[in-house]
Amino acid sequence: MAQLNIVKAVNSALREEMRRDDRVVVLGEDVGKNGGVFRCTEGLIDEFPNRVFDTPLSEGGIIGTSIGMALYGLRPVPEIQFQDFIFSAFDQIVSEAAKMRYRSGGQYTCPLVIRTPYGGGIKGGHYHSQSGEAYFCHTPGLKVVTPSNPHDAKGLLLASIRDPDPVIFLEPKKLYRAFQQEVPDGDYTVPLGQAKVTRQGKDVSLVAWGYMHQVCLDAAEKAKAKGVDCEVIDVRTLVPLDEKTILDSVRKTGRLVIVYEAPRTGGFGGEISALAAEKAIEYLKGPVVRITGFDTPFPYTLEDVYMPNADRVLRGIDKVMAF
Amino acid sequence: MPETLAIIQEDGTPDDRWEPDLKREPLERLYRFMLLERLLDQRMLSLQRQGRIGFYGPATGQEATIVGAAFALEPQDWIFPQYRETGAALLRGLPLKTMICQFMGNAGDVGHGRQMPCHYTWRDGRFVSISSVVGPRITQAAGAAWAAKIRGDDVAVLAYFGDGATSTADFHTGLNFAGVFEAPCVFLCNNNQYAISVPFSRQTAAATVAQKAGAYGFEGIRVDGMDALAVYRSVRDACLKAHEGGGPTLIEALTYRLGPHSSSDDPSRYRPEAEFEAWKARDPLDKMRRYLEYKGIWSDAYEARVNEELETAISTAIREAEQEPAPAVETLFDDVYETVPPHLAEQREDILKQLREIGRG
Repeated sequence: MAQLNIVKAVNSALREEMRRDDRVVVLGEDVGKNGGVFRCTEGLIDEFPNRVFDTPLSEGGIIGTSIGMALYGLRPVPEIQFQDFIFSAFDQIVSEAAKMRYRSGGQYTCPLVIRTPYGGGIKGGHYHSQSGEAYFCHTPGLKVVTPSNPHDAKGLLLASIRDPDPVIFLEPKKLYRAFQQEVPDGDYTVPLGQAKVTRQGKDVSLVAWGYMHQVCLDAAEKAKAKGVDCEVIDVRTLVPLDEKTILDSVRKTGRLVIVYEAPRTGGFGGEISALAAEKAIEYLKGPVVRITGFDTPFPYTLEDVYMPNADRVLRGIDKVMAF
Repeated sequence: MPETLAIIQEDGTPDDRWEPDLKREPLERLYRFMLLERLLDQRMLSLQRQGRIGFYGPATGQEATIVGAAFALEPQDWIFPQYRETGAALLRGLPLKTMICQFMGNAGDVGHGRQMPCHYTWRDGRFVSISSVVGPRITQAAGAAWAAKIRGDDVAVLAYFGDGATSTADFHTGLNFAGVFEAPCVFLCNNNQYAISVPFSRQTAAATVAQKAGAYGFEGIRVDGMDALAVYRSVRDACLKAHEGGGPTLIEALTYRLGPHSSSDDPSRYRPEAEFEAWKARDPLDKMRRYLEYKGIWSDAYEARVNEELETAISTAIREAEQEPAPAVETLFDDVYETVPPHLAEQREDILKQLREIGRG
């Protein structure tokens, strides 16, 4: 066991899997000598000089060549430096990686893991802050994974690299170095498709992922002081979604607050809201509440206003409790 | 090498300096698959007009480039096709009936009817799945070639694309990555002069596609794409270079789409008749016939015999393919992921239940 932050946990997972499986390669902008702009790939090129590649500055090229590698039989783990930069590779991800197995009748598969930091809270403005998970959740063929802590970051990344399908692995950059946690040294996985109840409660279910999960834990603590007992769920894998864990909680508490920092309209939390409406409406004691980013581009100076925080979540909890 | 490599001359005799050393059997095989592609195109366009298949994209005029290039590969080499490479796929072992089942979208299609016609896959022949989006395969081919290099495998990759695709970002990206990582990749631009209705002059202000290779640090060559020997020779040389660690090559094959872009296209709206006639006089099959005649292989009787064999094979395959049922509804939900996740299983059970209720399925 070692005390690691998410950056170190990601690094540990990559190193672990590259030792175990010589098909795993890492490529991206600045991931070699520089160890990645967030240092997630630090030192890998020293141990695996022929399997870690600094690429030309081209997201479409990084993902396009990774797809070719995956088709060929490798297990590429490309890094997109900021999720905001991923859109020039969107065609490759959505039209190619996601559809390869289906369109070829299972003859070709595309096992790659696209690692990319996402989310706000680091004063990055429009182009270093966005949460684009919904774009990928809307594409059949992709799995979408996001950890909220170092333990899960390593276990989910190892599970993602071993997964036979393409995975979008979203790393909450606000949490990269926010805290450390006991992380096992060796090999372990956190299975994809399993949410986790991280705090038991009986009054309200708070559902979130990535950095917003931490915000929900903070909000739950504040709510406790007001006598409201919150249950908190870390979704961890958005696709395929662990409906059961969410529905079990909603059926227990009868109240649901969903928190995501992406723009509200079309956000993945809307899907969770629909899930509750379709499968648990008879248990609901009040309306489903969403606390989200606004339907604006991500702002620089006013990012603290844009991003949901514990007080905004608390207001949502008050609303559903008062109904 | 000349500015544009051509080997078969007007009278069918070869330019001795560049003539590849192909014996009778391989020459017959090369011609056979070119003719098969031509005959198959005619039959499929006819089936499309009769409503027996939904769509078709013929390759008439481009058989020398399509088959000649695939013919130049080693068995372990990979192909990233565009979507007119029926001759290449058949050459790589895709059974004729399986291909026609793909055109029909029925249960005999290895892709379970999920893609529109002309989007076939043949993994056994290292023939990668086809996308309708023209650029991405160029970068993927560079990646697969790079992977082969990383693994130390003796494998080269051939990417087919058209003149239109050279305008996409992926053309730049794929060639750039291949150049930087010295990937064993052969980029074959089938410059058939039109991207549907838009002429080559609207794709680039550059005089040629081939010259663009210089910007990526490797060789670009131009060949007569109506000349199967010239295509074969250039792809063969590039392929050998790739196998020997010499990195990528860009080949621009000058061809012409003698038919429509697809069964939905009317080329008379944008294509000058005189231009069409001039290219038609350079039909790649006629050119190959003259060479084979010079080699003492081809004659009218030979043509009649091969034609009959291929037409019979096509008729048999069509007949057998039309016996296949529609794909089972369950296949709609397979292959999205390796295993069907719960939400898809739920959607599948729901539609199967509904179909049972209305007496279907």
